[in-house]
Amino acid sequence: MQPDAAADDRIPVYIMGKCYMVPPTLTIMKAMEYAGYRLLRGCGCRGGFCGACATAYRIQGDPKLYFGLACQTVVQPNMYLAQIPFFPAQRARYDICQLEPTAATLFSVYPELLRCLGCGTCTKACPQEIDVRAYMAAGMKGDIARLADLSFDCIMCGLCAARCPAEEAQYNIAILARRLYGRYLAPRSRHLEQRLEELRAGRYEDELARLRAMTRDELVALYRQREIEPGD
Amino acid sequence: MSGYPPEMQESLARVAQTRLRRLRETFPAMSLEERERVLKAFHPDYIEANMRPVRVGVSRGQRMPLELADVLEGRPHIGPDFDLRAPLAEADVLVIGGGGAGASAALLAQEHGARVVLVTKLRFGDANTMMAQGGIQAADRPEDSPAIHYLDVIGGGHFTNVPELVEALVSDAPEVIAWLEGLGMMFDKLPDGTMVEQHGGGTSRRRMHAARDYTGAEIMRTLRDEVRNREPDITVIEFSPAVELVLDAHGQAAGAVVVNLETGAYGFVKARAVVLATGGGGRLHYQGFPTTNHYGATADGVVIAYRAGAALGYLESMQYHPTGAAYPEQILGLLVTEKVRGLGAQPVNRHGEQFVYPLEPRDVEAAAFIRECLERASGVVTATGQPGVWLDSPMIDLIHGPGTTRRSLPAMVRQFARFGIDITQEPMLVYPTLHYQNGGVRLRADASCDLPGLFIAGEVSGGVHGHNRLMGNSLLEITVFGRRAGRSAAAFAAGARPGAPTLEHVAAWNRELDAAGVVTEVISPILLPDYVRRSGIETARVWQTREVERGY
Repeated sequence: MQPDAAADDRIPVYIMGKCYMVPPTLTIMKAMEYAGYRLLRGCGCRGGFCGACATAYRIQGDPKLYFGLACQTVVQPNMYLAQIPFFPAQRARYDICQLEPTAATLFSVYPELLRCLGCGTCTKACPQEIDVRAYMAAGMKGDIARLADLSFDCIMCGLCAARCPAEEAQYNIAILARRLYGRYLAPRSRHLEQRLEELRAGRYEDELARLRAMTRDELVALYRQREIEPGD
Repeated sequence: MSGYPPEMQESLARVAQTRLRRLRETFPAMSLEERERVLKAFHPDYIEANMRPVRVGVSRGQRMPLELADVLEGRPHIGPDFDLRAPLAEADVLVIGGGGAGASAALLAQEHGARVVLVTKLRFGDANTMMAQGGIQAADRPEDSPAIHYLDVIGGGHFTNVPELVEALVSDAPEVIAWLEGLGMMFDKLPDGTMVEQHGGGTSRRRMHAARDYTGAEIMRTLRDEVRNREPDITVIEFSPAVELVLDAHGQAAGAVVVNLETGAYGFVKARAVVLATGGGGRLHYQGFPTTNHYGATADGVVIAYRAGAALGYLESMQYHPTGAAYPEQILGLLVTEKVRGLGAQPVNRHGEQFVYPLEPRDVEAAAFIRECLERASGVVTATGQPGVWLDSPMIDLIHGPGTTRRSLPAMVRQFARFGIDITQEPMLVYPTLHYQNGGVRLRADASCDLPGLFIAGEVSGGVHGHNRLMGNSLLEITVFGRRAGRSAAAFAAGARPGAPTLEHVAAWNRELDAAGVVTEVISPILLPDYVRRSGIETARVWQTREVERGY
């Protein structure tokens, strides 16, 4: 074993109720591994993007419940930790091509949307600091664009749903809204459509075939001649 | 208030002092010859002591990192006598891997009439796709063309790419963007619908499409949602990685043996065609580097395809992303997206001066960072001995206006704010981190490989990027070749007449290991890295020591 530089200032944390001494610089995830856990559930990208490691914790003597991602949150003394590796949230099935981007669609795919109490427990639980209550309110007004925008940074960790007294699965409603927005409401890109037409007409096939057949030296010469477009 | 310790303040002050002057200065790009010189002298791929040839299999003699050769030469989880008579599940197409490539393949295979089973190691979507921040390339502006994209890709790959694969990549790109948007992905756009597109390292046109800095996450969650809408045509089985391919009597892929990670039970998934989309191997921590990769990136697909007889290529080149976080320690090696440089942030040394063109191809940029720190000793060294250079993110708001950083890089802002660093006010300390496996199973344009019935897509494959991938071409690759793999696998499955399934190749592999005198304790694929009871830095050196300590 390597000498442990942090051994002297280790702090107590409680994982599933058991006390372990860990270096104070670790994230919750690395503290669990330090304590001897080999993670299976509750560990994904280890970089704050996948939502696998949603964690609820308390600090001894503090009645408040805190939330965070285990891979992004540094341990504190006397932390009581529990991971939420799986939560059975309601998810509707739908054919995105058959839907209309309207309030009625939101309400028919997820009728429970209208049961939101507006209590804000979801917002308090969100490790991404998304105002979940605000996007749910936008949803109840049928404002798909606003719901999509406000929920954009959602990593679908499920903490909002786990905490919701109205039994909403906010993050599933949010992705429906974002997909409706992306497919139906976002302004069309004319330059993309034009390029697709050109490709369908085979406009670049000859040029690509020539490039494909070139020797390395010919390619190097062309590469050196490239003009670099200025940045935005 | 500064988020950095006192010993870094002097250097930070210099960076701030030179910032306004540097706004008007552009460091010159390297010539092709200079690129080659800096690569040979400073890129990890050229450190001979850390590489060796693999001793067995169809590509024996191929040079690769020690850690990869070790797992390739591992012993199988199961013996050739494993019972294949009662499959756990049956499908026309088995997709192995639940990232962007696997999800794309599953969707296209289903659309072409196949019943699909998708197995994945962790949760569906726990993949490097989810973590890709910066963007996806596609030549869809009038100033750009697929031919210009082709030239950028092949030059960035040092002219070693397989031409047919580059052609497929750039030709399908605009269609892939339209496909993703049709599924409901939200791209960054101007009010008139024009895509917001930036440069990436090695691009000659702005063609980087983005969804803020959650581009990969937005792709992954959209594809995942669509796959789930297509149950039961597509069945997803999570926490069940493949440990071995199964062939039939004609040597065609006929399914895979998977392991239920929670119960430890092995089971056979029978199929008429297989798509392998298992990603790369950053969690093997080549040469002791930290990695940007997700927890399950242990090169499984390369291991099982190779054992079944598929040839490998380009595995001597790994991509070290120039900008991994070097401070704070808690996020060491984590990706700082190239989009930060795309938006104008310059890399600067501890004296506050530029030393490299900000958007060289990734391998060149990374080698230049290493040179600045090791040879020129002009990097900043943290209290734990980690070297790094500054990435001057406060320039972004100065160039594009206040609020740009928060709007365009919310994930980066959030990540550093968690540790008290405001990247709109202070730079980030960065150093190269293990990011991508340029090589893998040799790919063909229809996403087949030289094992019949096996189709591959994404990081597990090799050839598209040659010896160096450009930013924004991996989200493109997984969708282009994922779609091609799904289509090809469905067509193959429709015409397949599979014979009896067999694991005879496992017996042959064991015989070959013995004949070559390979003595190994490694059972591969290793499935997950072992970080138990270790603090702080994740490195292969420690991982390997631990394997030895455990004596298996």
